[in-house]
Amino acid sequence: MTTAALADPLDPLGPDQRTLLRLATAGSVDDGKSTLIGRLLFDSKQTFIDQMEAIERTSRTRGEDDVNLAYLTDGLRSEREQGITIDVAYRYFSTPQRKFILADTPGHVQYTRNMVTGASTADAALLLVDARRGVLEQTRRHAYLSNLLGIRHFVLCVNKMDLVDWNRSVFEEIAEELTRFAGRMGVTDVRAIPISAKFGDWVVEPSQRMSWYSGPPLLELLETLEASEPPQHHASRFPVQYVVRPLRDAYHDYRGYAGTMASGVLRVGDRVKVMPSGAETTVTGIDAFDQQLSEATPPMAVTVRLADQLDIRRGSMIVDAEHPPIAASSIDAHICWMSDRAPLRERDRLVVKHTTQTTRALVEEVGARLDVNTLEYDLTASQLSLNEIGRVRLRLMAPLSVDPYDESRETGAFILIDEATSATVGAGMITAGE
Amino acid sequence: MTTTATRPASLDTLSWLEAEGIHIIREVAAELERPCLLFSGGKDSIVMLRLAEKAFWPARIPFPVMHVDTGHNFPEAIEYRDRRVAELDVELFVASVQESIDQGRVVEEVGPRASRNRLQTVTLLDAVLEHNFDALFGGARRDEEKARAKERIFSFRDAFGQWDPSNQRPELWNLYNGKLTRGEHIRAFPLSNWTELDVWQYIKREELEIPSIYFAHERAMFRRDGMLFPVSEFVPRLPGEDPFDARVRFRTVGDMTCTAGVLSEAETLEAVVAEIAATRITERGETRADDRFSEAAMEDRKREGYF
Repeated sequence: MTTAALADPLDPLGPDQRTLLRLATAGSVDDGKSTLIGRLLFDSKQTFIDQMEAIERTSRTRGEDDVNLAYLTDGLRSEREQGITIDVAYRYFSTPQRKFILADTPGHVQYTRNMVTGASTADAALLLVDARRGVLEQTRRHAYLSNLLGIRHFVLCVNKMDLVDWNRSVFEEIAEELTRFAGRMGVTDVRAIPISAKFGDWVVEPSQRMSWYSGPPLLELLETLEASEPPQHHASRFPVQYVVRPLRDAYHDYRGYAGTMASGVLRVGDRVKVMPSGAETTVTGIDAFDQQLSEATPPMAVTVRLADQLDIRRGSMIVDAEHPPIAASSIDAHICWMSDRAPLRERDRLVVKHTTQTTRALVEEVGARLDVNTLEYDLTASQLSLNEIGRVRLRLMAPLSVDPYDESRETGAFILIDEATSATVGAGMITAGE
Repeated sequence: MTTTATRPASLDTLSWLEAEGIHIIREVAAELERPCLLFSGGKDSIVMLRLAEKAFWPARIPFPVMHVDTGHNFPEAIEYRDRRVAELDVELFVASVQESIDQGRVVEEVGPRASRNRLQTVTLLDAVLEHNFDALFGGARRDEEKARAKERIFSFRDAFGQWDPSNQRPELWNLYNGKLTRGEHIRAFPLSNWTELDVWQYIKREELEIPSIYFAHERAMFRRDGMLFPVSEFVPRLPGEDPFDARVRFRTVGDMTCTAGVLSEAETLEAVVAEIAATRITERGETRADDRFSEAAMEDRKREGYF
């Protein structure tokens, strides 16, 4: 075949300028989430012939009338046996406009940690509501956690509109209720769409049966959703990951600091501070393999050269000299506890990994625990069990360079590690540090 | 500075994926004692090696590479492997399945459908112990297969090399937990979020050299189970499986015993990318006999310690 025979309007050979949108969705059995994802993959022509043959076989074997698109997202053997999703699954699809990564998570309360994991890397949340049942506890929990994890763009799909006679007022009531709820948390960007994942209405194509809806179909909305903002609004943060010292003849004196831009813009000539020492110097070069750059923005992986020889190692942070982060020896944070081995208690000692720095922490206080059903805080709490979220104060063995999570996900997030088992037992979002 | 910093709109997907891959490779190099990169000469490991080259430039790649050699490889892939390793001046270990057979560590399958694919697991785990590796970089992608869709970027293996899908560490943001308990090692997958098309577009963008079997060429083939397999000394043909010449290329580089080719006229990288962009069949469905055993074939092999 030749290039000219391509049906795809995308030119796969040209420079591909398509951006990436990362989505997180959550749901439980029967709310149509798997069908919706299957529909998105199928209608955007992302399913392959052999995959379709496999799910046709499965649908037949299980005695179903139609091909069940939900089987496209079928997971591990243990999940199929129990008929549930127990873990985060990542799905990939693309359109001529954009590429997408979708973190598909279970919605039950006992899987809160999976929902938090999926939301941690997402730009937008895809909320799914069954039109017959309206906004449920689970919907509110998903919305609340998405917001807590820093997602500011919600896409609400009111699904199964076929089962409520394509009724406009059902849709509008649900959309209003969720928009109000999101507004109370400070989320102003909520887009609501009435859909039927089973029949495809307003998923990829417009629907004649709901011509009263005037917005774009779901896929088009996702293609155009502006979920990012210019890095200029933030102070520069560059956590040092690895010190590059070639020790080869051609680059004998080369000394560079490799890392991933966490926030802001770093430019050659910038006056910077090196945390935690606070020493100041100037950026003399930004290297990316065979290219010398004049500036770097998130999430570029680059190697930075500086004017002065300073004590810089993994865990140091190169930052805007005018707007440094907080050098915190104590932090307040929202923590989602993820261990089934033991609860998080005051006086516990844990390992903290924040950016590229690892230190130890002492749990000084568990101040409040969130009831993920009522979304109210219990101020009398003194410990957090598996899947519980609370406000916690940690005292740090070595200071960390932090920003509030609301301002920067990259320098406001940390994980907690159990020293005995090496397991990841908690996820933290910093609210304050001193 | 009032709102949450999210990813800036300006970076295209390939650059984003490249940056993420480099970040992962540097994390492993910084936090693990003795990592090693699995390099077969296949397209995914070619991209991975390129990311490693970029991650530490202008320094050399600070870890060795290893090839698990089944003895049933395409000679073109071996030749490419050796050339690339010499160019980058990295150390190469070859773990040989033939040696595992000779030492009685594994028993060779027999029959016309015999494959050394599953045997690789033992050879691989023996090599991990022999060289004391605590991290192996693999080129697996989550879009390949449903068991992989749920696997973490830092994926832990116990002393038996086993993967336990129900007991994976939560993985949040870009904060990877590389702390091992005794006897464990990790498999790190820097290409987790790439799709097959991303890999090809990246090879094109970076103008990376690849083994010649990825391009259309004349080859003696035979038909089995609806797929086209290369004629080789390693595969006894069944009655009716007569060889014929065809113009084919390979979508993956695996063993000659279980890697099927596709009919193709694509002689250039441009033409290959165009074919991949238009294809309607998954890579594994079209060309990997090893995944056809059952719906959960990959999940089972991964539990046993496979790549």
